Amino acid sequence: MSDTESAELETFRNETRAWLEANCPPEMRKPATSDADVFWGGRNAKFSSEPQRIWFERMRDKGWTVPDWPKEYGGGGLSAAEHKVLRAEMARIGARPPLSSFGIWMLGPALLKYGNDAQKKEHLPKIAAGEIRWCQGYSEPNAGSDLASLQTRAESDGDDFIITGQKIWTSYANYADWIFCLVRTDPTAKKHDGISFILFDMTSKGVSTKPILLISGYSPFCETFFDGVRVPKSHVVGQINRGWDVAKYLLQHERAMISGMGERGVGRPLGQIAADSVGTDAQGKLDDAMLRGKIASFDVDEAALAACAERAVDLAKSGQAHPAFSSAMKYYGTELNKRRYEILMSAGGVDALEWESERSKQGARPRAWLRTKANSIEGGTSEVMLGIVAKRILDLPGA
Amino acid sequence: MALVLTEEQSMLRDSARGLISDKAPVSHLRHLRDSKDPTGFSKELWHSFAEMGFAGLLVPEEFGGSGLGFMEAGIVMEEIGRTLMPSPFLATSVVAASALNRGGNAAQKSEYLPKIASGSLLATLAIDEGAKHRPLQTSLQAVRAGNGFKLSGAKALVVDGHVADLFIVAARTAGSAGERDGLTLFLVNPKAKGVAVERTIMVDAHNAARIELSNVEVNADSVLGEVDQGAALLDGVLDIGRGAVAAEMVGLSDEVFGRTVEYLKNRKQFGKLIGEFQALQHRAAELYVDIEITRAATMKALQALDADVAKAASAVAVAKARAGTTATRAVQEGVQMHGGMGMTDQFDIGFFMKRARVCEELFGDANYHTEQLARARGY
Repeated sequence: MSDTESAELETFRNETRAWLEANCPPEMRKPATSDADVFWGGRNAKFSSEPQRIWFERMRDKGWTVPDWPKEYGGGGLSAAEHKVLRAEMARIGARPPLSSFGIWMLGPALLKYGNDAQKKEHLPKIAAGEIRWCQGYSEPNAGSDLASLQTRAESDGDDFIITGQKIWTSYANYADWIFCLVRTDPTAKKHDGISFILFDMTSKGVSTKPILLISGYSPFCETFFDGVRVPKSHVVGQINRGWDVAKYLLQHERAMISGMGERGVGRPLGQIAADSVGTDAQGKLDDAMLRGKIASFDVDEAALAACAERAVDLAKSGQAHPAFSSAMKYYGTELNKRRYEILMSAGGVDALEWESERSKQGARPRAWLRTKANSIEGGTSEVMLGIVAKRILDLPGA
Repeated sequence: MALVLTEEQSMLRDSARGLISDKAPVSHLRHLRDSKDPTGFSKELWHSFAEMGFAGLLVPEEFGGSGLGFMEAGIVMEEIGRTLMPSPFLATSVVAASALNRGGNAAQKSEYLPKIASGSLLATLAIDEGAKHRPLQTSLQAVRAGNGFKLSGAKALVVDGHVADLFIVAARTAGSAGERDGLTLFLVNPKAKGVAVERTIMVDAHNAARIELSNVEVNADSVLGEVDQGAALLDGVLDIGRGAVAAEMVGLSDEVFGRTVEYLKNRKQFGKLIGEFQALQHRAAELYVDIEITRAATMKALQALDADVAKAASAVAVAKARAGTTATRAVQEGVQMHGGMGMTDQFDIGFFMKRARVCEELFGDANYHTEQLARARGY
């Protein structure tokens, strides 16, 4: 980096810091503690608080819901280095993301790479502005880890496809406005070759959803049914029957997203949270030596993973990243998040077992603990991730 | 600062790798071991290291060095780790040079640093006394005597101790074992009266020694830094050493892993390449992830040291703890996946296992550094 460049970046840092100080409400500078704290956008979106609305609107107006997307699509047009500065400055004050969105994390990157001009102009600005909430139609009852065996069919009818079939584990399908969906457009081709990636409105005739009650007592996932849904062929992203390329590219982003789940490095250290319930000895050490050791090992691994996540971004931006590296990160990040919640449950003891009470915030901790068990299943299981690393990165035979 | 190598750093890595893989493959260590080489490293190679600017890599330019940073030192250490090259680089060029540069007065710097940069002086830190690395437990006594001090006590795992021209000895000038106050660093001539040096042949065939000091007289000019206030200087120097050893362990782990994956792609049993078995594939993949995470943590620590040594402790603790567990796993999987061949002396894998064990103890093992992180975080 030249001196001029680093001076410009320093100016950007100072301006960003000042802007965030002036514009991020104090309430938005602590971690979200419930689902209501997270703003997902969409046609029926409601803000849970005034600070949430203010923070979202100010960030949206700067294009900073999607800081590195081009300005013409509602993004901030930031360079890689500027984006890193913004993230660091937001982390410095503990600022929450203003908008959570599968459109931002998953569909957006795929549209930027595979979408045509009309599709980009139609969908990206609405994602950036939080106007449309998206869901992902990938898994089916008989196509889980073996996703490419999916059976939902799209039959040609003039300029349209008629879509019939069923999806499962569709996150928040009951709240979503649109879906990005994998469908079989050529049942005679080999399983990877007859799939298309298509977009449609969830209010289309023939679409219905049914939430699935999970072990957490919540229903973040749905079964989604398509009964003769008519969708214009112009809604296919990329080429017809080449949807698997788009699907895989999107999965890399999904895996990067899931590996970043969990409250890494924010809030109070796990050891101090544990001290609240377990207590400390005369020297101030956690009064459970084995648990203390587990927490310390966790802290080491969590800090190391954070460095690796930072490095993965830097490698990607300098064109040195292996495309399958997100699978490695997804594997480790999800297993680590499960470890975190096992520790929290152990630390919480009896207090962490309450399922329904004000005191326990309606069992927030045990429900979150159970939720994490899905981390190593959704978006590709840990075993599938290890298989991808073995095959694509290590080039092991027959994997 | 991005966690990727710059163009200059890539060039440095390439030139270090070129020299080390050419002149000092694992067979070089094997030869030194089998011939019971009295020096324990190649003086000729050390000369080349000096000519390439590696010996004085951390020495400021005004003292004849290259004036580079810890990230660059880590790059060289990683390449050393790949071939297990025995070299004074760690003890002299990283640890001792940092101690002198950070703690030395003008006279001490101008006396020693140029000699380190030219490769003509070998120096080493003498810190450990017990079986485990516990810097604050230092009890080697330094009592005032006339204008100077008299030193008495023993040190173990003094790297390159039997070939060093200068010892930097951690001693207690006040207080008692376990206390931070009262530690002082001294420059001691190994040839001084009362110094006994015993070379200890170690499991990894790298240089180490036990030294014993009996009323060794040093003058007041031999104090490095301030009397009784050596702990802060020592913390920084040890963290620099830890970052460097972590980098060596990353190189070692990566090399063992590469050799093991190659073996999985070539060894056949049950009519198949053993790399086709999912049981081995998943273990190899897990190890790959472990190594990549440890590599990033180590780069992060080296960057933190470059930014401010005094604020790098937690990043260094994370790196050294991770490096310990990762290298241990890498060498164990390496031997296991090589099967019976992994148990033979003829195969190189065992050399990596032995060196990993020594690196784990050097400057604190994974347990020690995990404990340090817990303390730093207040639980």
